[in-house]
Amino acid sequence: MTVVVETPGSLTYVGRFDTEDPSGVHLINVGVHDAAAGGTREEFVRRSARFGVRTDRNHLVVPRAEVVRITPLGEIES
Amino acid sequence: MPYNPALVAPMREEMVRLGARELKTVEEVDATLGDHRGTMLVFVNSVCGCAAGNARPALKLALEHSVLPQHVVTVFAGQDLDATARARQYFAEYQPSSPSVALLRDGEVVHFVHRHQIEGRSPQSIAGDLTKAFDKHFGAGAAV
Repeated sequence: MTVVVETPGSLTYVGRFDTEDPSGVHLINVGVHDAAAGGTREEFVRRSARFGVRTDRNHLVVPRAEVVRITPLGEIES
Repeated sequence: MPYNPALVAPMREEMVRLGARELKTVEEVDATLGDHRGTMLVFVNSVCGCAAGNARPALKLALEHSVLPQHVVTVFAGQDLDATARARQYFAEYQPSSPSVALLRDGEVVHFVHRHQIEGRSPQSIAGDLTKAFDKHFGAGAAV
């Protein structure tokens, strides 16, 4: 399942949910967006929903404490 | 490294039974997608059980609709590597994912279904979206 992982900071991740363990949420084929570098989170998510996920990282672990919300990308209107 | 051909054979055959023409080489892809006129569905097949296992039955349902593309073709991701890479060049605006479906009209992508729009959904639901797209882009009232 491809999901959007929101954090309390400027980072947002879109990738395939692999597993969750004490280290956090494991994602594969992950697109990473840093709102501090430009562009809004909403636009990044919408673009990912419409054009697909551009992979920045093959595997990434988001610490559980940094996860605010997990949403299936398929639920996002493109 | 490509998957074992024996593993993917049933998934290929499932598409061929639906009337899809397999494109296994770059040359076949270019001959079919290059400078194409008319309407076409390109299915990027996949071994992924969770998504492709629903995508193929969804296509079977959708291809029973009254409005259809003139041509249905398929490439197999993870198996026919060069052909798949070439096919994706024809819809390069969209990030690669498999399974996925591209609807083309006169060579232009008019609708794209990504893997994330297939995951976790029933074949009936996916087919419903596809047939709406068929009506919109391939129907009698579609813009040309």
